[in-house]
Amino acid sequence: MNLLHYLILSMLLFVIGAVGFIVKKNVISVFLCLELMLNAANLSFVAFSRHLNQAHGQIFVFFVMVVAAAEAAVGLAITIVLFRNRNTLNVDDADTMKW
Amino acid sequence: MSGYLWLIPLIPLAGAAVNGLAGKRFPKAVISLIACGAAGVSFFLASIAFFDLLKLAPEQRHLLQGYFTWIASGDFVAQAEFLLDPLSGVMLLIVTGVGFIIHVYSIGYMHAEDGYYRFFSYMNLFLFSMLTLVLAGNFLLMFVGWEGVGLCSYLLIGYYFDRRSAGDAGKKAFIVNRIGDIGFVLGIFLIFLTFHSLNFGEVFRQIAEGTQRFPVEAGLGVLTAIGLLLFVGATGKSAQIPLYVWLPDAMEGPTPVSALIHAATMVTAGVYMVVRCSPIFSRAPLALHVVMIVGILTALMAATIGLVQTDIKRVLAYSTVSQLGYMFVAAGVGAFSAGIFHLMTHAFFKALLFLGAGSVIHAMGGEQDLMRMGGLRKHTPVTFWTMLVAALAISGIFPLAGFFSKDEILWSAWSQGHPLVWLFGLITAGFTAFYMFRLIFLAFGGEGRYSEEVRHHLHESPPSMTVPLVLLGVLSITGGFVGLPAWLGANRFFRFLEPSLAFTLNSEPAESSHAVEFGFAAISVVAALAGIGLAYRMYISNPKSAEELASRWKRIHRVLLGKYYVDELYDAAIIKPTLNASTNVLWKRMDAGFIDGAVNGVGQTIRNFAGILKNVQNGLIRSYATWILLGTAAVLLYVYVFLRGY
Repeated sequence: MNLLHYLILSMLLFVIGAVGFIVKKNVISVFLCLELMLNAANLSFVAFSRHLNQAHGQIFVFFVMVVAAAEAAVGLAITIVLFRNRNTLNVDDADTMKW
Repeated sequence: MSGYLWLIPLIPLAGAAVNGLAGKRFPKAVISLIACGAAGVSFFLASIAFFDLLKLAPEQRHLLQGYFTWIASGDFVAQAEFLLDPLSGVMLLIVTGVGFIIHVYSIGYMHAEDGYYRFFSYMNLFLFSMLTLVLAGNFLLMFVGWEGVGLCSYLLIGYYFDRRSAGDAGKKAFIVNRIGDIGFVLGIFLIFLTFHSLNFGEVFRQIAEGTQRFPVEAGLGVLTAIGLLLFVGATGKSAQIPLYVWLPDAMEGPTPVSALIHAATMVTAGVYMVVRCSPIFSRAPLALHVVMIVGILTALMAATIGLVQTDIKRVLAYSTVSQLGYMFVAAGVGAFSAGIFHLMTHAFFKALLFLGAGSVIHAMGGEQDLMRMGGLRKHTPVTFWTMLVAALAISGIFPLAGFFSKDEILWSAWSQGHPLVWLFGLITAGFTAFYMFRLIFLAFGGEGRYSEEVRHHLHESPPSMTVPLVLLGVLSITGGFVGLPAWLGANRFFRFLEPSLAFTLNSEPAESSHAVEFGFAAISVVAALAGIGLAYRMYISNPKSAEELASRWKRIHRVLLGKYYVDELYDAAIIKPTLNASTNVLWKRMDAGFIDGAVNGVGQTIRNFAGILKNVQNGLIRSYATWILLGTAAVLLYVYVFLRGY
């Protein structure tokens, strides 16, 4: 189990999240994919932290978690408002902000 | 002494500022007091300055006062400087004196007009500009005054701006004057290029004495060019052929304006300028010749038009054009002092004629058509007698002012060897006498040709109008005595002006005895009397004969009535083609086609591109995410491929 294994796992998680973000239409799913990408990044941080024997990466993880928590709160609120106003959870229906 | 010279123009400027900015809230009495007070104080100071000048020895009468450096750019320096010498002294007295009298007259004439404060503000502003023009010590400052009077003329012609014809007349005056000004400006440029100075004294000294840059004998060509360019400016301002067309239309302005600006002062600025530049003109025979020919042609042509006009002010307007022609004839034959002499006497009697005409119009309740006047002698005696004096003066009847000055010009023309000019001048003098007395007889003689209602309204003007008339009447009688001709003793006026013409090249007059000169004076009086007699025969003793004559010479009469169709000619030859070219080529092709096309084309091209690119912003979050992903991938790829070494 060296650094490379962790990074490959991190990459796989990130790609799953990114592809999911693009192909999924349900807001909740999109949201989950977003969390997946964040945690893929977290995994890389931790792996590097251990590999380099430095605490910096672990501290960054805390920052990311805080941001993720805040984002989850705001994002879920938006989801609820979207459902109330549009009666839908499909992101493609929320496309009024365009040319 | 005369450190107060700058006050003379500045006081009217202050009056203009006060009345112009706050006059709306003042009662009329206060406005008149400020305006006339400013003109009066200015006149008073001018008189003091003039008498101070007289105290000096003749060769010292050249007071140049610099106040500050106005423009300094490289080796170009223009001072704000005023010059008081006999020439500007005479003009100073004419402008402030006649100006003051006309200001007082305006109180009565304008009492019922709207915009009373506006009128007096403009009048004071005009005085300021005219005094700047007259007192200026260099060409550039003179040009400032020159443009200032043009502006005031424009504003005052268009005083009744709610009348379309007045607005048009104002624009016409402004535009025609601009054409002349181009010549003046180019002349100034050429003067600076040649002499590297614009100061009158400095330029004239260089001309007379020659410098390394400007050897006297080599200067003929450039002096001719300068003279002709300056004269183009003078034809615009002083209403000479070919730029005289604006002056008759300028009669749309209030009558005191016609008297002050378009008879006595502003239109004589061209004559003043030519005389001021006499050191240049006297060394450029060709330019001088042009001045003479233009002058005599204008004098004759305007006089013939004046013979048939029926609008009282237009008769006077053409008369002014004609008399200005006389002044240029004087300058053209080298008798510069005679030109200024006629300028002075003309200022008196022509201002009087205009003010008298204003008084008549006032009495008639706005009527200007001579054919609907008549018999006014009984109703407006003061106006009648003063106008009669002025008419006699302008006709050149001994011993009124016009006799001395006009005779001096005719005599100069003859004695300098221009008999044809003398003959034309004599004919013009006869015409002048005829149309002036035609005006007098039609307005004051015979029976009234107006309705009962108008007859009821007839009244002599108030004292504020008649007193100026009488004052000018006295000046019209006595004004000529300052310059008695040689056969009545030496001409003191000419001797007085001599220091101003120190650098002028004097041409030698032909030898002749006083008896010959007297004989010529007698001939011109006879011509004038003939004109008066003819007018009497045609309009008093046999009123039908005028119409008979008109119908017998129908074609000539129509041409004269149509003012030789010069306006129509300009319209067809210059205005229409310009308008057509502007509309069809410059507007529709250049502006609408080319310039608008280029601007709109750029816009349309960008709009087309944007139409494609805008599709990127489609509102779909998933699409944005894809772009972000692709973008990030591209950046990473770039870093991996190109920046791997670091």
